[in-house]
Amino acid sequence: MPAGTLYRGREGMWSWVAHRVTGVLIFFFLFVHVLDTALVRVSPEAYDEVVATYKTPIVALLEYGLVAAILFHALNGLRVIAVDFWSKGPRYQKQMLWTVVGVWVVLMVGALYPVLGHAVRELFGS
Amino acid sequence: MSDTTLEKSGVGPVEGASLYDADNPAPVIEAPRKRTAKTPRSTRGNFEMAAWLFMRLSGVVLVVLVITHLLIQLVLDGGVSKIGFAFVAGRWASPFWQVWDLLMLWLAMLHGANGLRTVINDYAERPNTRLWLKGLLYTATVFTILLGTLVIFTFDPNIR
Ligand code: HEM
Ligand code: HEM
Repeated sequence: MPAGTLYRGREGMWSWVAHRVTGVLIFFFLFVHVLDTALVRVSPEAYDEVVATYKTPIVALLEYGLVAAILFHALNGLRVIAVDFWSKGPRYQKQMLWTVVGVWVVLMVGALYPVLGHAVRELFGS
Repeated sequence: MSDTTLEKSGVGPVEGASLYDADNPAPVIEAPRKRTAKTPRSTRGNFEMAAWLFMRLSGVVLVVLVITHLLIQLVLDGGVSKIGFAFVAGRWASPFWQVWDLLMLWLAMLHGANGLRTVINDYAERPNTRLWLKGLLYTATVFTILLGTLVIFTFDPNIR
């Protein structure tokens, strides 16, 4: 890492990279999501058939990933807003980042059972 | 350095009195990039500033809209397992959730599209590449917003 930089290679840069990557991922998901929801205008069968794939174990893992992306983007987005609008925001940006990471970890642990529980039951029997 | 050189210098001797005072003020130096009568009118308006503000305002609203949506769809009442045509019919029977989904659709799409516009501006350097990527982005965005809106407004629980 080049010396004497306050930004490059440090937390602030990596949180920006993660914010950008998650934002782009969510956008692509949303595009597909509106398409699959549009199937309710085709027929109940067509819709139910596609939603059935949402309930498979592999897609459940993708959903867990989506939740991870949304939660990080949302929490870090609030941090960015605080840095921009709260007078002490820039001074506490690092503490706020670690708060974001902490809250994110807790929520991700909480989401484990609700999001992945059915996949585990399907794979290993109830 | 003697005191006999240039009398009227802006820089006084370090510990001496300033050449200027209230009755004899220093000449005004204009701030750099200050807008004057000679500055050409900006042709861009405040679009970028509005976009910047929109990202923040929509972000705050989206936290509530999207996280509640995920809670309803993935966590409460059996998680994904309950989702199906009948479930959607039940939800869109209520104008409240119709408006909720409509707002979420428009805000998330516009927020995401504007975010992607920034990303394209950052990485696509050739003017032609930028033009095509943005054309694709705007087409996909308008299409998705219109389709999603149409689906909410024309939903028919008795399609069969
Ligand atoms: C895997 C997680 C998700 C599931 C299972 C899911 C499920 C659903 C379902 C069943 C509907 C039908 C209407 C309703 O019940 O409200 C719907 C609509 C919608 N969802 Fe999601 N959703 C998920 C994630 C998301 C995310 C992350 C976003 C936003 C970024 C989102 C945005 C929308 C929008 C805008 C609509 C309305 C679509 C339209 O206008 O046709 N959803 N979702
Ligand atoms: C859940 C609530 C959300 C919050 C609080 C939020 C907040 C923000 C903020 C404040 C920015 C601006 C960052 C900056 O100017 O440096 C941003 C950028 C972005 N957001 Fe969101 N957002 C949310 C949801 C979404 C959704 C649902 C999508 C996708 C449809 C999305 C996609 C993006 C993209 C692509 C960027 C551009 C990233 C970049 O330029 O690096 N965001 N978000």
